[in-house]
Amino acid sequence: MSASMTGAQIVLQALADQGVEHIFGYPGGAVLPIYDELFQQDRLKHVLVRHEQGAVHAAEGYARSTGKVGVVLVTSGPGATNAVTGLTDALMDSIPLVCITGQVPTHLIGNDAFQECDTVGITRPCTKHNYLVKDVNQLSTVLHEAFYVARSGRPGPVVVDIPKDIQFATGLYAGLSNSQHKSYRPPKEGDASAVEAAVEAMANAKRPVFYTGGGVINAGPAASERLREIVRLTGYPITSTLMGLGAYPASDKQWLGMLGMHGTYEANNAMHDCDVMICIGARFDDRITGRLDAFSPGSTKIHVDVDPSSINKNVTVDIPIVGDCHHVLNQMLAAWKKKNPKLDKPALKTWWDQIDTWRARNCLHYKKRDDVIMPQYAIQRLFALTRDKDVYITTEVGQHQMWAAQHFHFDEPNRWMTSGGLGTMGYGIPAAVGVQMAHPNSLVVDIAGEASVLMTMQEMSTAVQYDLPIKIFILNNEYMGMVRQWQELLHGGRYSHSYTEALPDFVKLAEAYQGVGIRAEKPSELDDKILEMIETPRPVIFDCRVDKHANCFPMIPSGEAHNNMLLGDDASEEDLENAITEEGKVMV
Amino acid sequence: MTQPGSAYSLETHKEKSETHTMSVLVDNEPGVLARVIGLFAGRGYNIESLTVSETEHEAHLSRITIVTTGTPMVIEQIKNQLDRIVPIHSVTDLTVLGSPLERELALLKVAGTGEKRVEALSLAEAFHAQVIDSSTGHFVFEITGEQSRIEEFIALMQPLGLVEVCRTGVAAIARGAERM
Repeated sequence: MSASMTGAQIVLQALADQGVEHIFGYPGGAVLPIYDELFQQDRLKHVLVRHEQGAVHAAEGYARSTGKVGVVLVTSGPGATNAVTGLTDALMDSIPLVCITGQVPTHLIGNDAFQECDTVGITRPCTKHNYLVKDVNQLSTVLHEAFYVARSGRPGPVVVDIPKDIQFATGLYAGLSNSQHKSYRPPKEGDASAVEAAVEAMANAKRPVFYTGGGVINAGPAASERLREIVRLTGYPITSTLMGLGAYPASDKQWLGMLGMHGTYEANNAMHDCDVMICIGARFDDRITGRLDAFSPGSTKIHVDVDPSSINKNVTVDIPIVGDCHHVLNQMLAAWKKKNPKLDKPALKTWWDQIDTWRARNCLHYKKRDDVIMPQYAIQRLFALTRDKDVYITTEVGQHQMWAAQHFHFDEPNRWMTSGGLGTMGYGIPAAVGVQMAHPNSLVVDIAGEASVLMTMQEMSTAVQYDLPIKIFILNNEYMGMVRQWQELLHGGRYSHSYTEALPDFVKLAEAYQGVGIRAEKPSELDDKILEMIETPRPVIFDCRVDKHANCFPMIPSGEAHNNMLLGDDASEEDLENAITEEGKVMV
Repeated sequence: MTQPGSAYSLETHKEKSETHTMSVLVDNEPGVLARVIGLFAGRGYNIESLTVSETEHEAHLSRITIVTTGTPMVIEQIKNQLDRIVPIHSVTDLTVLGSPLERELALLKVAGTGEKRVEALSLAEAFHAQVIDSSTGHFVFEITGEQSRIEEFIALMQPLGLVEVCRTGVAAIARGAERM
């Protein structure tokens, strides 16, 4: 199909042909022709955010909770530069996005025109790919290619920069085509002999562990199904990164909890002591490995990743398999079933016994109090009271994020939206807006900190405008909690600028936005207040006043190994002071 | 003192640096070179030499030859990171394939009179360098060859009135009948 239309019409037609239903954006001079087309149609629903960063995070939340490509529309100059944080966030966490940016007219590019910036230059390192469209006849092809690149292989954000004159110009629209991309063809199937070798190593394992990540979630719900199948078939323990939570049900007995810097004692020790590590769709990030030269010594490492550059980047692996998690898991399952291996049952029994002793350490334990709400307790109650609900969780970044990962348990993929790689404070509210847009009848909760939440609080206004009943559940300790915790551990308790002396009254703030404000100050009133929040069919800011000095444990101090964890209940002041070595202090 | 060991201190791997020559086939489109160079700059890789030109006009394909140094792990990263740039068609590590044919072209401007001038001209002949411009006071030599040979020639010209040098960077191709 090819038809003659304006550039702006081509944009809308391409989005419609890609199956796009929602876009998140903010108008401005250089995208007015596209907004004019939006005004004259009702196929696409546009969500007006309050800041372009919010548009990108909302699209991320939308993409992560649906598996679809999120779409953003912003103007040139400041519109594009404001989007940069979100684009970088999406690149780090491999979230498929297409971000359309307006640009000054072609003849003004490079002239320092009003609201001009070098968008393709600025976004080159923070996108998977980007385009500047200089010919209206190329526009539809570029847009379709952008969607293909965004969702294929290791997903990521793609920017399409469209000068204003191209939006006005008339050109030919080329519809979806099945032709192969000329250069970008990401791998699907893994190498068969590598899969054989992996299955052989797995079959002979005495102390195996599955270590999975966001790649499984990105490969779609079917990949999570295959993962469950192979983990149950083998009977091996499984842990996951922050990004991978939900791919395997947290309520299952083979689940060890999250691993890494704030992961569980059992997960980290299993990683350290295992003899076969089966890494699927995770990338040996520094939050996971801790001290590299002491990372899981003596294990045979299998690594499945769709991105070859993730393999052997931080940790040298023994059996690399380049391929899409879903395809490779299918291959592994087939090979395992064909082999029907006889497992070393006594060794595996010993391994599970060892894991049980680690579990008995009860590493997530904390001291409950009657006078003040402990942040962990707040999350536990939130989890307990929403168990029977269709719930989606987003977070900001910091202590509350780690407590949420530890104490809110996920049994399904695509239910947990958090900024992992970039660690973007301010992610949670706009992400919740995007999630709620995609799932209007579900319960969407942003588990937040009072510092993070102020970075994108204006999106509360978006939630109110579109009747999105998101719940912003703030664990308010008046500190940038994780900064405070590190200052306590590393900097002699000198709390340099981590205390916010002039916080807003969050209840009044909610009311000012025409939402609902709820405050809980005592453990005894927490349940009722949480239930009130759940039952309120409008956007809520929940000001949960928690213990100001609680620390997030367990913790692998930076520069330490997996088996050298700091646990909460037995950490004396002396332990805390000496927890991090001089070398560790230079790290982040 | 023990070395800190985290992702922030990868230097603990004191592996030997190697020099590799890579041939990269890319779509000849605006910005593609910026993507390649940006990758090296952003990830802290070295570029020793870089040569680029369109080699297949109908397909609009350019061939970039990069000489780079790094530990084997870094070299593997460079190859994989390059390979995931969307408009890149293929990345070939020519060094892995076995000593590739490498040539560079240099232009040297040498000014002088008398004995030095005579000496410069006779050395140029010995190196099979061409005179492509001259006056009574100067020569411009064109020399093609392996990098080491060009280095040698430049060093010899230094005391003979070398004014300036321009070099193209390495062009490289694998031995044998096969296409890359």
